[in-house]
Amino acid sequence: MRGTQGIVALRDLESGSAFGAELESLRDRCVLIATRDQLTAALALLELDGVARRIILCTPDLKADYLPGIVSTAGADACVLDADSPLAGALELPVRVVIAPRLKPLSAQRPRRPAPTEWVLLTSGTTGAPKLVLHTLASLTFALAGQALPATPVTWSTFYDIRRYGGLQIFLRAVHLGSLVLSDPNEAVADFFGRVAAAGVTHISGTPSHWRKALMSGLTARIAPGYVRLSGEIPDQGVLDGLKAAYPQAMVAHAFASTEAGVAFEVRDGLAGFPVELVGAAGSRVELKVDEDTLRIRSGGTAQRYLGDGAEPLRGPDGFVDTGDRVEARNGRYYFLGRRGGVINVGGLKVHPEEVEAVLNSHPWVRLSLVRPRRNPITGAVVSAEVVVKDAEGAAAPPAAADLVRELTERCRQALPAHKVPAMIRIVPSLEISPSGKLVRPNA
Amino acid sequence: MSVRSTITTQFQQVAIEQERQLSPLSDELKLVQSGLDSLSFAIIVARLEDSLGIDPFNTTEAVEFPVTFGDFVRLYENFAK
Repeated sequence: MRGTQGIVALRDLESGSAFGAELESLRDRCVLIATRDQLTAALALLELDGVARRIILCTPDLKADYLPGIVSTAGADACVLDADSPLAGALELPVRVVIAPRLKPLSAQRPRRPAPTEWVLLTSGTTGAPKLVLHTLASLTFALAGQALPATPVTWSTFYDIRRYGGLQIFLRAVHLGSLVLSDPNEAVADFFGRVAAAGVTHISGTPSHWRKALMSGLTARIAPGYVRLSGEIPDQGVLDGLKAAYPQAMVAHAFASTEAGVAFEVRDGLAGFPVELVGAAGSRVELKVDEDTLRIRSGGTAQRYLGDGAEPLRGPDGFVDTGDRVEARNGRYYFLGRRGGVINVGGLKVHPEEVEAVLNSHPWVRLSLVRPRRNPITGAVVSAEVVVKDAEGAAAPPAAADLVRELTERCRQALPAHKVPAMIRIVPSLEISPSGKLVRPNA
Repeated sequence: MSVRSTITTQFQQVAIEQERQLSPLSDELKLVQSGLDSLSFAIIVARLEDSLGIDPFNTTEAVEFPVTFGDFVRLYENFAK
C-alpha cells in the first residue's frame, strides 16, 4: 500500500503492527479513527477489525464541530490519530493512540473477537451533521465475495479518499487481491499520475468529476490502466466516451453504490444508464426495484441502520434501501434523472439538471457543466448553465465564447423541450468539486 | 445602449430563439399580443438582469406588472434611475 507518506507491505502486518503493544489498549473499545493521512487510516482499519468492538471512520474533511455528536452517538471511548491529525485538539477520549505509517514488531498474539467488529461510516450529508451508517466487514465486502482471484496481479488506485464509501470499496478490493496506490487531496494530478504510473497501476477509480478533471489536465496519457471505474456520481456519455478515447485498451465501467445501499451494479458496455433487465431480476445477489421513480436496493451489502436515538430507518419495511436517485426507462435502459428534490421547476414543468448537463456535455468542446435553477419572477425559475470548455488541442481551438454559447443553445433546443433549454449559458474557468469528488450543486 | 434599445434587442433575440412570431414593437403593444409566451418573458427578464444589472420585479415594493411594451420599458427605465 503506497501513500504519499510511505509504503507498507500488507503481508508484514502478520508479524508487525503500527500500534505495537498499544493495540491491546483498544481491544473491545469503540475506536474513532481520525488520522490525517489515508495510509495510517488504512493500517488502523486493518489492525482494528477483529480487535475493536466498533470502529468509526472519520472522513478527511470532517468539521470538529460535529465530533462531540459523533462521539456520543457512536459511543466512542478511544481514538487513533497520526502526527498531523487536524481533529486531535477536539478529541478528549479515555484512550488515545498516535500511530505512524511504520510497523513495529509484534510478538504477542492478536486473538480475534468472537463477534464481528462494527464499522461505522459517515455520509457526507448535503446539509448539517453527517449521518452514522452501521456496517460490518461482511456487508462492506459483499460485492467482493465469490469473485474469482485475477490471473495476473492487480494494482489499484483511486482518486477517492478511502474513508468514503467509494474509496473504501477500492481499499477492500486491493486488500482482498492486490495492492493500492493512495491519492492525496493536496497532490497535483501530474504527481499523482506519476506515482500511479511508477507503481504500474492496472485498475483505477474515481468520480466522473475526478475523471473530467483528469481529462482536462491533458495528462491522461501518463497512465495506462486496463480497468477504469467511475462511481459516486452519475456519469454521462461524454465522460464515458472521453475515457474510452483516452484509454482505448481499458475496460471503462461505471458502478452504482451508496454508503447506505452498498454496491448495486457495475455497467461495462460503455453506455450511460443501465439495462432495465437489472431491475427485478430474479435470484440475483443484489435486488433492484423502482418505486415512485426512485431506485431501491436490497442485498447483503446494504448497511444495517443509522446510529442514534430517533434516527430515521435506513431500510424500508421490505428491506429495500431507497437511494433517492430518480430513474427513467427509455429504450430498454434506465437513465438517472438526478436526486429526488434536485428538480428545477420552470413554471410547473420539471427539469432535472443532469439531463440538461448531459446534452451540454455532449458538445465536443465542453468538459463539464453545471445546470441550476435561477429564480425568476415569471416562471418561478429558469434553467441556467455554467460550462467549462476544454483546452485547445494542437491546431484545434475551441470556438469563441459567443459562438459556443450559440451552438450549445442550439444543441439543447434540438434535444430538449423549450423549458429545459438553459435561458443563459455562462462560460466559466472551473466548477467547484467537493472534497468527496462530486460537482458542488449550490441549490441542491 | 439605452435601456429601451437593450430591451428591444432582447425581445427580438428571444423571439428568434423561441421561434415566436414577434409583433412589431410599439409602446401600445399589449404583451399578451406580442407573440411571446411566459417562458420567453422569463428568459428576457433573466437576461435583462444580466445586461442591465437590475430586476425591477425583485423588490420589496409591490410591482405593477407591465401590460404593454411601453409599461415594460418604463418599469425598467424608472428602476434604473
